[in-house]
Amino acid sequence: MTSETTGSTGSTGSTGSTNDTNRTNSTTTSTGAGTGTGTGTDSTGTTQPSVESGGPGPRALARRRRRASVVRFWREYRRHRAGVLGLAALVLFVLVALTAPLTVGSDVDSVTDAPGQPLESPSGRFPLGTDQFGRNLLGLLVWGSRVSLLVGLLAAALSVLIGALIGITAGHFRGWYATVMMRITDWFLVMPTLVLAIVLATVLSRSLGTIVLAIGVTTWPTTARLVRAQTLAVESRPYIERAKALGGGHWHVMSRHVLPNVMPLILAQTTLIISSAILAEATLAFLGLGDPTVVSWGGLLQDAREAGSVSSGDWWYLVPPGIGIAVVALAFTLCGRAVEAVLNPRLGVSR
Amino acid sequence: MSSTAGPTAVEGEQGGEGASAAPRGPSRSAYPRYVAGKLAGAVVSLLAVLVTSFFLFRLIPGDPVAFMTGGRPVSAEQLAAYRREFGLDLPMWQQFTDYCAKALTGDLGTSYQFHTPVVDKITEALPNTLLLTGTAFVLYTALGTFLGTRSAWRHGGLGDRLNTGLALTLYSIPSFWLGLLLIIVLSVGVDPIPGLFPTGGMESGREEGFAHVLDVAHHLVLPVVTLVAVEYGQTLLVTRSALLDEMGGDYLTTARAKGLRDDLVRRRHAVPNALLPTVTLVFVNLGRTVAGVILVETVFSWPGLGGLFYQALSVPDLPLVQGLFFVFAAAVILMNTLADLLYPMLDPRVGR
Repeated sequence: MTSETTGSTGSTGSTGSTNDTNRTNSTTTSTGAGTGTGTGTDSTGTTQPSVESGGPGPRALARRRRRASVVRFWREYRRHRAGVLGLAALVLFVLVALTAPLTVGSDVDSVTDAPGQPLESPSGRFPLGTDQFGRNLLGLLVWGSRVSLLVGLLAAALSVLIGALIGITAGHFRGWYATVMMRITDWFLVMPTLVLAIVLATVLSRSLGTIVLAIGVTTWPTTARLVRAQTLAVESRPYIERAKALGGGHWHVMSRHVLPNVMPLILAQTTLIISSAILAEATLAFLGLGDPTVVSWGGLLQDAREAGSVSSGDWWYLVPPGIGIAVVALAFTLCGRAVEAVLNPRLGVSR
Repeated sequence: MSSTAGPTAVEGEQGGEGASAAPRGPSRSAYPRYVAGKLAGAVVSLLAVLVTSFFLFRLIPGDPVAFMTGGRPVSAEQLAAYRREFGLDLPMWQQFTDYCAKALTGDLGTSYQFHTPVVDKITEALPNTLLLTGTAFVLYTALGTFLGTRSAWRHGGLGDRLNTGLALTLYSIPSFWLGLLLIIVLSVGVDPIPGLFPTGGMESGREEGFAHVLDVAHHLVLPVVTLVAVEYGQTLLVTRSALLDEMGGDYLTTARAKGLRDDLVRRRHAVPNALLPTVTLVFVNLGRTVAGVILVETVFSWPGLGGLFYQALSVPDLPLVQGLFFVFAAAVILMNTLADLLYPMLDPRVGR
């Protein structure tokens, strides 16, 4: 019991301090940016150097502070072992995906000149065996990582973009707009996301764009809620009032003050959403809703099932794509949790 | 079953919830108003689902009749007859009002591939899905809450780290892949182990009475194990972080100071307070479970709504997809409303 309490007080102590430094840091960067533009518009930038009395200009100062905060972020991040592990796995997968044209070549998915016999088990020539067309499964696995990562990243980007846009505007503009937007968000939040994505992918044409769209437009509500809450918190601070008093309009407040402050949250959220987007892409492809002309991990699993590898026990066809999906999804989840823990230690994610 | 069974059953259930929840709840005058507000919200959400599903299925490029005939050579008269049968020759607004009027009386259209009312297919499959989902839901909630509580109480320890790691890993695994692996290992059998469980379906179809129950239970094992494995992690993490938020509370120090045993402090003081956020998130995450059910039923050929959804997708049988979309969304909305109605009993501060 005693160790429990000391442990928790220790952690709250450190969380308190990181939280404070975090807050002051983000505040100063955004006010720095604010003064830069504010004085720029007010007095055509002539007063700028005299205020700093011979020191570096405000932009250089802001840049230096930003660099310092990145360094501090990395130092904190390094302490989360799972996060570092996830990051390492990601770097590896991204390298494999990027170098795929050199290592396996783009003709790996050609059915006509397949190098092996159908459904060969693993051997020296084909380390992961072959599929029902005699294609090299290791090559297909490497090639498939490109689609899985690309769709995951694009879908997450779309989702976070919509979520951040709605969250910031709903937090900034009060009144009926915010009410309507939050009603829509709440409604989307209770909808079974994947079912909606499946329906969208069914009614639209089969392509990677459809998959990205289907995942993107169904997964944004969580981000919107989180970003709105953070926006409301930021907007209640005095420096927003100051910016408004100096004549800052809606766009200025949202882009120069709110956005930099919700950015960390958006970053953490993106990492977490990529993981679910990759899973969703695999699911849609497995249900036969993916683009039939490209190789993806989910598509490989669907092929494997249709080739009867479940009943004939062709594990080498079925196991590797699933491991790929799981490892990448897990890696993004671990990174996202570590980022979240660094930026907002009070969330209690990985205490 | 009559074709009106679906929505009327839904309405009845909703009315029943309100009626049964009110007298048992805290006897405050505010509670009926809270219930009325939540029920009104649920009705609005359901109507929104109805409208969305109509317009969603009008996004389809091309002719739905061409989908139906699947490229077979069909005469112009036949096409026109199909159009009349499914009401596709009417103007858009009339299709919409017809659709709403029909849906509200429990008619979700006719399936393209089975040529039977969609509602009949759904009521046929619903009990099977409820059996699978209900069993899995109870098990994963219990397992997640139990492990999450233990994890939070001894947080930072080896058990906690193993628990969280395993939960995160299983959470990242595609449910359909896990299902396929379980079939390979436990149903088809890897050399030394013979197949222990059936590869799919819900019953072998020969037994009667108690033997039938055992048979269904035997078929139920692998699907339930798959669902529980991919879903319990969420509950575990939610419970764990909700309890961690309570751990620093002064009232826990007080409880310990008056000499309560550790597990009493946990069970009577910490856990009840951590329960509310847990319940909220467990119900919000039901949408994920619906997705899991679709995949698990597909992989295990379970004759439920999810399996039906997959069959409808591959055609695609649009009225059936549309009807099932409505049912899935309605189920999640209803469960969330139920959770809202339960809160005041868990936490007297809500609903005042």
